[in-house]
Amino acid sequence: MTTTSTSAMGGIVRRKEDPALIAGKGRYVDDIKLNGEAAAVFVRSPFAHAKINSIDTSAATAMDGVLAVYTAEDTRHLGDLLAQVAVGSLRPLLADGAVHHAGEAVAMVVAENAYIAKDAADAVMVDYDPLPAVVDMKDAVKDEIKAHEDAESNVLLTWYSHDWWPGVFELEDHRPAIAAAKERDDVVVVSQEMTNQRLIPVAIEPRAVLADYNSGYGRVNVWSSSQIPHALAGAIAKTFGMTSHDVHVVAPEVGGGFGAKLNVYPDEMLVVFASKELSRPVRWTETRREAAYSTIQGRGWVGTATITGTKDGEILGYELDAIADMGAYSQNFTVAIPVLGLYVAQGQYNVPLAWQITCVHTNTQTTDAYRGAGRPEAIYYVERIIDMYAAAIGMDPADVRKKNFFKKDEFPATTAIGLTMDSGNYEYNLDTLLEDVDYDGLRKMQKDARDEGRYIGIGLSTYVEVCGFAPSVLAEFGFGWDAYGLPTSFSGSGLVRVNPDGSATVIIGTGPSGQGHQTTWAQVVSERLGIPVDAIRVTHGDTFESPTGVGTFGSRSAAVDGAATYEAAEKVRMKAAELVAHMLEASAEDIQFADGGAHVAGSPGHTVTWAEIAEVAYKPHKGPEGLEAGLEAHAVFSPGNATWPFGSHLAVVEVDPGTGDVKILRYVAVDDCGNRINPMIVDGQIHGGIAQGVGQALFEEAIYDENGNLLTGSLVDYPLPTAGDLPAFELGWTNTPTDVNPMGVKGIGEAGTIGSAQTIVNAVVDAVRPLGVTHIDMPLRPRKVWDAIQKARG
Amino acid sequence: MYPRSFEYVAPSSLDEALAALNDHPGAKVMTGGMSLIPLMKLRLFSPPLVVDIGRVPGLDSIADGNGHIAIGALVRHAATASSDAVASGAAALAQAARLTGDVQVRNRGTTCGALAHADVAADQPAAALALGATMVARSAGGEREIAADDFFVDALTSALEPNEILVEVRVPKAGAGTGSAYDKLGRRGGRSDYAVAGAAAMVTMDGGSVSAARVALTGVGTKPTLATATADALVGTDGSADAIKAAAQHAAEGVTVLEDLYGSVEYKTHLAQVYAARALEAAIAAAG
Ligand SMILES: Cc1cc2nc3c(=O)[nH]c(=O)nc-3n(C[C@H](O)[C@H](O)[C@H](O)COP(=O)(O)OP(=O)(O)OC[C@H]3O[C@@H](n4cnc5c(N)ncnc54)[C@H](O)[C@@H]3O)c2cc1C
Repeated sequence: MTTTSTSAMGGIVRRKEDPALIAGKGRYVDDIKLNGEAAAVFVRSPFAHAKINSIDTSAATAMDGVLAVYTAEDTRHLGDLLAQVAVGSLRPLLADGAVHHAGEAVAMVVAENAYIAKDAADAVMVDYDPLPAVVDMKDAVKDEIKAHEDAESNVLLTWYSHDWWPGVFELEDHRPAIAAAKERDDVVVVSQEMTNQRLIPVAIEPRAVLADYNSGYGRVNVWSSSQIPHALAGAIAKTFGMTSHDVHVVAPEVGGGFGAKLNVYPDEMLVVFASKELSRPVRWTETRREAAYSTIQGRGWVGTATITGTKDGEILGYELDAIADMGAYSQNFTVAIPVLGLYVAQGQYNVPLAWQITCVHTNTQTTDAYRGAGRPEAIYYVERIIDMYAAAIGMDPADVRKKNFFKKDEFPATTAIGLTMDSGNYEYNLDTLLEDVDYDGLRKMQKDARDEGRYIGIGLSTYVEVCGFAPSVLAEFGFGWDAYGLPTSFSGSGLVRVNPDGSATVIIGTGPSGQGHQTTWAQVVSERLGIPVDAIRVTHGDTFESPTGVGTFGSRSAAVDGAATYEAAEKVRMKAAELVAHMLEASAEDIQFADGGAHVAGSPGHTVTWAEIAEVAYKPHKGPEGLEAGLEAHAVFSPGNATWPFGSHLAVVEVDPGTGDVKILRYVAVDDCGNRINPMIVDGQIHGGIAQGVGQALFEEAIYDENGNLLTGSLVDYPLPTAGDLPAFELGWTNTPTDVNPMGVKGIGEAGTIGSAQTIVNAVVDAVRPLGVTHIDMPLRPRKVWDAIQKARG
Repeated sequence: MYPRSFEYVAPSSLDEALAALNDHPGAKVMTGGMSLIPLMKLRLFSPPLVVDIGRVPGLDSIADGNGHIAIGALVRHAATASSDAVASGAAALAQAARLTGDVQVRNRGTTCGALAHADVAADQPAAALALGATMVARSAGGEREIAADDFFVDALTSALEPNEILVEVRVPKAGAGTGSAYDKLGRRGGRSDYAVAGAAAMVTMDGGSVSAARVALTGVGTKPTLATATADALVGTDGSADAIKAAAQHAAEGVTVLEDLYGSVEYKTHLAQVYAARALEAAIAAAG
């Protein structure tokens, strides 16, 4: 029994999603209209930290068209927002007695439409007593001002690499050995404090949620622009004392998420509450400027990275001592995000590691997962400092990297924090990149340009990422939906049904926001069954349709849900083989599936189509005796390990020393995500990822003033990368499959971001190194580059 | 992004529009809406009445007249950018229009709207200033002309009265020996996005020496500003690279340079010099 098919795995199949999206026919939350809808608008705090003395809602309530104004008085009984890793202060659904970041929701107005609601929100009078705010992470650790006036400390915890999961891992503390190495004569110690600045995730579709509670059915229907519809259903059920099967959540088209929609939010609970109270559907759509206050932010680390190594490039220790800004409240994974960084703390290098990171509350918006979530930060530090180490010892940055790589024959390799990396071939991957770009030629070009007075820089970064989080025991660490009342691990789910007409329906538990699952999964099933991609419809994001689902985040979907679907398709194939064997009077082992049907090995002329097979399946009197009718199977896949993709990126930039302006001349990436289901979709993920990394490197920064006011809450002052700012990316690949799933695939959704920010920074620093510059903190806006040059020139 | 409620009219004649403005204190003209609507959505600005002049006929042409080019109130950035008349007669304005915003903004926003909005970070105001343009303002009471030098009053404030419409901008046509240019550093680097700083220059060469020069700066103070010291220092020189460099050192003299998210006072002062020099160099090259 074998399968062959043309359009399946590895094929460049055009995205089934695109015709609707390109033609403006995609249906997002705002396209779904219900009779009798009311609109919610929030009253938000102008202060970063203040006591609330009183809230006067009378004027607002009296306005024509206003249905209700709710404050914490009304919603307190629902409890705080649920969080998976509930360390630190949890967020009340509406501020209760005090506000802890600017823009925190203080009251919710529900009115006939959003315009009236906004007018009424402006009429809600809140009497605040401003309190001092702590904004800077470094101030937060001093504890002179508390972000939460009643808390003992701003410091929540410190993660240590040698002791990150006590009781589960017994790890060696590398600190004494590194301290000893520092005393050696043949050793240099290179150290740099660096900021990995806070970012504001900007999806093209802001968050939006519509809730319709029906007391007759005892059910609530919710449409939300979410990456995690099942988790949201669980959280609503738990908050309102319902069961999850009475909460129907649909994530329709989701216009980008990047981790920011991997959170359950207070507004999602509050529109359900209002719908229940008012017996009307209630909608809230985030405005663009509001998004900077109502949606989580990302990154926000400051830390000192240190490499201790010999003068000939052997690294004897890598240390990071950092602080991570959690913002005012812990939400979904907040304090666990640095742990994802810790997973890849040492990058591709088999070196002693001593990493510690302290998580603090500040009076700023909460941080949580943003594309890469901890991993871009971690890779940034190790890849920046290794470049500085290379410069300090006068060695080529590619050679230093190679010298310290985990070697091919060391895989599966164990990291310093006790985790097993599935597969890797780092040197081959980097060599592929260096050959693709003619690295030596590039360096010569750089030298020639320097002789002409031009400031060209070449930046390199390698990375290892971890994604498709597994194994299942991680649920006990918080990587599951237990807090939402759904005790699960991050397993995958897929249902494959061959319909009576021979087409196939595939229902998966993911929550994509542009990743092309409808195409990729069709390819996976097509590969197993030989049903053409066009005859396979993939649906997702509906909690009533797919009984289990975890969502889409952490580059997990293909490697986990994809594998589940692969296994479900395999079950269907086994059953179909029995049916065909009966139809063709052959033995099941001899059945081959190809070109939209099946035949007996050796007689390809005599084929039965999938429609014919399906008919037999759904008319059991035509099938083999005793075989269950129907032709579908469901599989849940829980991998034994995460997958560990990797890659090498290189940028060539030119700096105008007169203005500090940076121009990217080339960007080349060679990524390795194992087998690629659809190379075009893989490339698309890498393109978007690189653009986001470049955005962090050059443009983006959430800037708060000392009182905690966000100065960059509008896109006028939060510049995002556009196609015009970027060169045409040159992408290559290597293929090192994993054995943790049957398809040998690894995630690729975040790789581009994880590999890119430091590639750009390394290139810019390389360009201006002749002027004496050794480091510039992101974003490398022209002013910062120019300032650094001025400072270096003295 | 929900504006306060407001009235909206879209008159079909200029007189009706002027009457509406006259009769409704606080009313605002809208042309492209690229700057007005965002301010209203943020409730930073809540006019009781918006007078959309988009349907008024006769305001959307570029007239290549005697001695000047007249750009009507409804001429979009894209039209200014691609007009041969503007490119040859007032190159700095065409270049500034081409560097304004993105395609969508250039297809809706208007040159006159950008001038009336008087944003220090905008591109075309500095070009109009360097070119010595004249603004033609009409109200119910009649028409008056305002020299560019007097037009930009303060941050987001022009010399227009609330009941006046800028019906056209007249830009003197470059004669023989005169060239102009505009260049900027954008907030996303290169030339993209609003200007961190930039400069427009117009230079007239006569027998190998600079006989007249005007330089205007974008992005450094509260409003588009003439760099008179630079222009004065250049006149009479040979316009060589050294002369430009020496003159450009004075670019920010007499200008109150302000810090913002994109630059310190020191950096912006430096950029004023850099871009004054770059614009002058290109203008002199164009002067032929
Ligand atoms: C995304 C984006 C990017 C942008 N980038 C840039 C950039 O890089 N560089 C740049 O220079 N600008 C930029 N802008 C601003 C843009 O150029 C605006 O179009 C321009 O400033 C206003 O022109 P408008 O016709 O849209 O005016 P409107 O928005 O209609 O009006 C703006 C103001 O001027 C007044 N006004 C308009 N026309 C007249 C008139 N004829 N008479 C009297 N008053 C009038 C209005 O009452 C209002 O107060 C950008 C705008 C956006 C939205």
